[in-house]
Amino acid sequence: MINKLWVGLIVLGSLCLLVTGKSDVLNEQILSSGKATLELVMQIFPLMSLWLGIMNIAKESGLLSKLSKFIYPLLHKIFPEIPKNHEAFGFISSNILSNMFGLGNAATPFGLKAMESLQKLNKNKEVASRSMITFLVINTCGLCIIPTTIISLRILYGSEDPSFIAIPCFVVSLISLLFGLLIDRLWSRRDRR
Amino acid sequence: MRIISSLFIPVIVLVVIIYGAYKKINVYDSFVSGAKEGLPMVSSMFFSLLAMIFGVNIFLNSGIIDYFFDFLKPLLVLIHVPAEVLPVAIMRPLSGSFGLALLNDMYKLYGPDSFISVLASIIQGSSDTTLYVITLYFGTVGIKKIKYALWVGLFTDLFMVVLTLIIVPLFF
Repeated sequence: MINKLWVGLIVLGSLCLLVTGKSDVLNEQILSSGKATLELVMQIFPLMSLWLGIMNIAKESGLLSKLSKFIYPLLHKIFPEIPKNHEAFGFISSNILSNMFGLGNAATPFGLKAMESLQKLNKNKEVASRSMITFLVINTCGLCIIPTTIISLRILYGSEDPSFIAIPCFVVSLISLLFGLLIDRLWSRRDRR
Repeated sequence: MRIISSLFIPVIVLVVIIYGAYKKINVYDSFVSGAKEGLPMVSSMFFSLLAMIFGVNIFLNSGIIDYFFDFLKPLLVLIHVPAEVLPVAIMRPLSGSFGLALLNDMYKLYGPDSFISVLASIIQGSSDTTLYVITLYFGTVGIKKIKYALWVGLFTDLFMVVLTLIIVPLFF
């Protein structure tokens, strides 16, 4: 799937650039994507390590398992395959909470820890498990109470009410999250057959 | 709202550290050994991200999307969808920074409080960069077969755009 998409993106983009005679742009894109990726990763790296450190304290002190216990009844219906009080629930809820408050920097390491613990439960290490897909559907929906980047952009351009968009954003992302979970469930049933 | 969000980080950090000290674990060592996991994580995410950014950048900078929109514009006018919003909608699952750049242009052109800008803001704010999330998370833990994950993600994004087009006029 990703494989086909990747080939498609590159072949379509390159052909379009070559036909319109902009091979210099193509050259530039090929040579600059490494640097762009490194810059992105370098932006993520320091804060991610910081949050992983904080997270480890929470894990070793037992705070994370408390959170897991607390959140279990809520998330159990969405993730029926994760055993009761498993650490994955703690990571998943930390990830969702950070996303909701617009803290992308913290959400990423928590999400990766969640994926690692889901991978431990996964039987076939190369194939995505159902819980993993459900977790990613939640993440791609980007449920958010405070869309920080957009609000700051609106302030920058002198909006009269910069945070007005927060409520419609939350309503729209909540409804699409429910929709996402629904079709995820339907798809996984079809997939198992 | 903003006070809650600015207090969120300090409160969490404090609660975690104080609770750790209260439970008599070595908070410092625990922090360092946790932070160390950051390095293997970034090194395993780097290569899948490189591949995806490479592909997405060639595609987005090729101008192919502009041709596509010119072709689609008359159709959108027919169903009363403002054509300017479509690039934002298509960009949203592909690239976070491109989407934000488009939003920036729209604010500059139409002002941040215009109907079109609000529409675009909500499309931008009600979803995450699906392709990036999938590449990052599956790539880092080494999943090769992602099954139906991308389909569900993109389908939900499409649903989100349609929903925005229906809901936002209610706020005006």
